[in-house]
Amino acid sequence: MWAAQVRVRQGSLLLDVDLDIHHATTVVIGPNGSGKTTLVKALAGLLPADDARIVVDGDVWCDTSSGVDRPPSHRQVGYVPQGLALFSHLDVVDNVAFGLSTRQRRLAADERRQQAQQMLASLDIADLGALRPSALSGGQAQKVALARALLASPRLLLLDEPLAALDAIARRRTRAVVNDVLQHRHLPCVWVSHDVQDALTLDAHVVALQDGRVVQQGSVQELKDAPADDFVAAFVDVDRVATAP
Amino acid sequence: MSTRSRVRLAWPLQLPSVVLLALLLVPLGVLLLSSSTTLWTRSLSSAEFAAALRLSLWTTTLSTALAAALGTPLAWWLSRTHSTKAFVVELVVELPIIVPPAVVGVALLTTFGPQAMLGQWLTRFDVVLPFSTTAVVLAQVTVATPFFVQAAANAFRQVPDDVLDVAMTLGASPSEALWRVALPTALPGLVVGVSLAWARALGEFGATLLFAGNQPGRTQTLPLAIFSTLEQDVDRAVVFAAALALVGIALLLALRLLPRFWPRRRGPP
Repeated sequence: MWAAQVRVRQGSLLLDVDLDIHHATTVVIGPNGSGKTTLVKALAGLLPADDARIVVDGDVWCDTSSGVDRPPSHRQVGYVPQGLALFSHLDVVDNVAFGLSTRQRRLAADERRQQAQQMLASLDIADLGALRPSALSGGQAQKVALARALLASPRLLLLDEPLAALDAIARRRTRAVVNDVLQHRHLPCVWVSHDVQDALTLDAHVVALQDGRVVQQGSVQELKDAPADDFVAAFVDVDRVATAP
Repeated sequence: MSTRSRVRLAWPLQLPSVVLLALLLVPLGVLLLSSSTTLWTRSLSSAEFAAALRLSLWTTTLSTALAAALGTPLAWWLSRTHSTKAFVVELVVELPIIVPPAVVGVALLTTFGPQAMLGQWLTRFDVVLPFSTTAVVLAQVTVATPFFVQAAANAFRQVPDDVLDVAMTLGASPSEALWRVALPTALPGLVVGVSLAWARALGEFGATLLFAGNQPGRTQTLPLAIFSTLEQDVDRAVVFAAALALVGIALLLALRLLPRFWPRRRGPP
């Protein structure tokens, strides 16, 4: 589905990963500062990579060796950052329609808003359209951010700790909504998480990062059977770390 | 007086606040109330006041527009740059706030005056800046721009990088993200900056007097008209000053009340 060989420096961190992913959903885990957000931003084209080759569904987004480096606007990613980054000056409908206004400029404003409203309805939040982001609850804002990312017809969805700010109930509901969306749309997704429930619910491939490198990857069960380090063990809730061979 | 805090000031500590408020309010109140209606009518209908007000309004509007146009890109750069160079640039921008306006006036005169190299070079193109209306605008831009840049940079600092990142992943170019997301998000802060710059330009006196002179209809702005009238007719000067104070009060009220009535904005058509 997608492959990324990325070498990028951000601050004191050097992210150096080589991933070849054939699963619909990839959950990226790792302690703070391990490079999770850096990986997501590199995939989105938001960080200048020293050395990178990113291929999504056979389409080369970045290949520094041959000088290919599509800007974020031409990568067709749906990006939901940690803080959601809703546009505070626009109402919910215009937030969701933003991607249409940049990519389908010939589309009439009413048509864009109508499509945005339909997307909101598909996530059961049609009644929020006229609200400003400041009036939304955490769960509602999360769905709006997701709707905005989805309406831009992404080929890769990047969710950076999308449920982190939600309480347990809202987290469960929103996880179910996202899971439903991913399954219906067959959309590859990279999901940064600290919660094993995300990986279990989404039946995800898990990639564990440490100091900018991949220390382990596989299914939750594979990680549970032989966790590479304490962090992975804690993530899959294993009492003891397997002794390295 | 109601307060939400449980920590209340004891009355001896409230006294300095009362003194300060009295110092701010009493002279203003006396200024506004000391003239009769007849004197107000007579003074405000004078040709001298009309010319000074007209010059003040259009020069300050132009200089504020220039301050915003010149200062916005710099404010954005300052808000996004953390380096020694940015620190030095910010100091340079703040300099006209610290330096007395008279010094700014002398500096402009020595830069663009007929004896100065730059002034002599401009003379070749028949451009003589000192003691012209252009000099009024230049003096106002110099003293007012720092107020705009400071407020605008602070407003831009409140715009998270994430919103620009998201805008770009949604198809916006960097300049489009700046135009369609950063500017509208920071707009209330930019309006504050514009208001502060306009107020500073409106009250500008020292730099204008030294660099542009005090010629009625040409370089005599309202503060300079007050100064000139004070020597001939104190009562009329008081009315001029009160009128300028009212303009300032209206501006302050607009500045404070505008965010409460900020309209809900929609996306582009």
